[in-house]
Amino acid sequence: MEKILKLLERDATLTPETIAVMLGIDEAAVKAAIDEYKKEGVIIGAKTVINWEKTPDEVVSAIIELKVTPQRGEGYDKIASNIYQYEEVSDLYLMSGAYDLCVKVEGKTMKEVALFVSEKLATIDEVISTSTHFVLKNYKVSGMVVDTKKEDIREVISI
Amino acid sequence: MNFENLVSERAKSIKPSGIRKFFDIVSEMKDAISLGVGEPDFVTPWHIRSEGVYSLEKGRTYYTSNAGLIELRREIANYMERRYGLSYRPEDQAIVTVGGSEAIDLCIRALVNPGDEVLVPEPSFVCYKPCAELAGGKAVPIVTKAENNFKLTADELKAAITPKTKLLVLPFPNNPTGGIMTREDLEEIAKVLENTNIIVLSDEIYGELTYGRKHVSIANISSMKDRTVIVNGFSKTYAMTGWRLGFAVGPKEIIEIMTKIHQYAIMSSPTTSQYAAIEALKNGDEDIERMREEYNYRRRVIVDGFRKMGLSCFEPEGAFYVFPSIGSTGLSSEEFSEKLLYSQKVAVVPGNAFGESGEGFIRCSYAYSIENIKEALDRIDKFVNKK
Repeated sequence: MEKILKLLERDATLTPETIAVMLGIDEAAVKAAIDEYKKEGVIIGAKTVINWEKTPDEVVSAIIELKVTPQRGEGYDKIASNIYQYEEVSDLYLMSGAYDLCVKVEGKTMKEVALFVSEKLATIDEVISTSTHFVLKNYKVSGMVVDTKKEDIREVISI
Repeated sequence: MNFENLVSERAKSIKPSGIRKFFDIVSEMKDAISLGVGEPDFVTPWHIRSEGVYSLEKGRTYYTSNAGLIELRREIANYMERRYGLSYRPEDQAIVTVGGSEAIDLCIRALVNPGDEVLVPEPSFVCYKPCAELAGGKAVPIVTKAENNFKLTADELKAAITPKTKLLVLPFPNNPTGGIMTREDLEEIAKVLENTNIIVLSDEIYGELTYGRKHVSIANISSMKDRTVIVNGFSKTYAMTGWRLGFAVGPKEIIEIMTKIHQYAIMSSPTTSQYAAIEALKNGDEDIERMREEYNYRRRVIVDGFRKMGLSCFEPEGAFYVFPSIGSTGLSSEEFSEKLLYSQKVAVVPGNAFGESGEGFIRCSYAYSIENIKEALDRIDKFVNKK
């Protein structure tokens, strides 16, 4: 059944019917498994990977390194929760090494992102320091190479 | 100059391959999609490509020894042992060739005298017959049937053997049918061959692409190993078609003759490709599994698609082709393929391109994305069921 997850991770548009055929199992079994995965929180959601650079909409994103003081009894979870509630935050990770939290923030302009960091993140009591890195170019996002043309370049041959 | 009279009679008498026919049209046609291509859609795994690049950076731009880099032949021997349990001496029982196809040509030329007969199960890949004829031999087709799962049966083999029979080609897993031979099937074949002097050319280029059970070589039957030349290569196994690299393993006496022909016709196989191939054999087993799994998904989707539209379709157990019967449409293979191309813009290969016995079938490759396969199936459904 983990194969179902692998397939959906790669392409969320696959229908249970197609997955059933691909794996040679029952469609009902696929549906049941997916429902179960959703219930257990294994499948969190399904999104489309978009290259915003190709649209007229301006999207700016930045990775922010945060050093924070963990809270007694809560560790980092409470601070993390305070941060991920913001819609501007697209990704949030607890890190090993030189800093504690890695926050990915998206906004329309650099100013907007910078203001979010200085007004919303830096002002949290437990935050000791922030270091902001703006993303200049996306090469690969969520396992997908951004700039690929899906073109069949195989030539005609007698095989 | 009247070239008609100048070119070799033998070369002239060979028929051009029927596979290409429609694809020149396809490339001109907007929105046309194809299930025609007989090569993996995957690009060669990066770690393999990068070894090729690295060999160039290091200046490995010279010929290799005629039979191929000894390091590569050692890896080939390891591979044959690891994957098939067959041992060959890298020094004199292996040769690195320009694709599996060169190995086929070499093997046939090494063995066939004028007038010798070469048994070729059909439908099958298009090269055996012309190679046999160019060597002055005669290709004798043995028709494999859908009701026998496109296997070669002992009785059919027995019936085709004459005192002139020199060579049996065993093209399994099969292009275009997807048929395979199990150990039991091969044991039956071995019984027929045991008391003859017939050599076996076992074309196992799709040997890693079987679904459900592992490929067994006829050389795995101990009485057959000494008379079998196995042809294999990197094209299908590691998605390395453009590198043009294959190999043959077999009895020293035959490999020696093959190497002699190879040294005059080719000299040595491409050096860059040989370095990349070493990496493929050393660290590529996972790539094989990954691609096989992917092909298997597609195989199930395409078989399901054809069956749902009402065409009877043998479930292929190897390679990456399906060979549905179009008998129910009342059209010939060529008519079907042509009409399908012009009305729905889908290119397939008419079955008779793989021998007369392929008439009534079409070959569809599933070396395409699921998306492409589904779109093609939708269009073929419209065509078949006049939607």
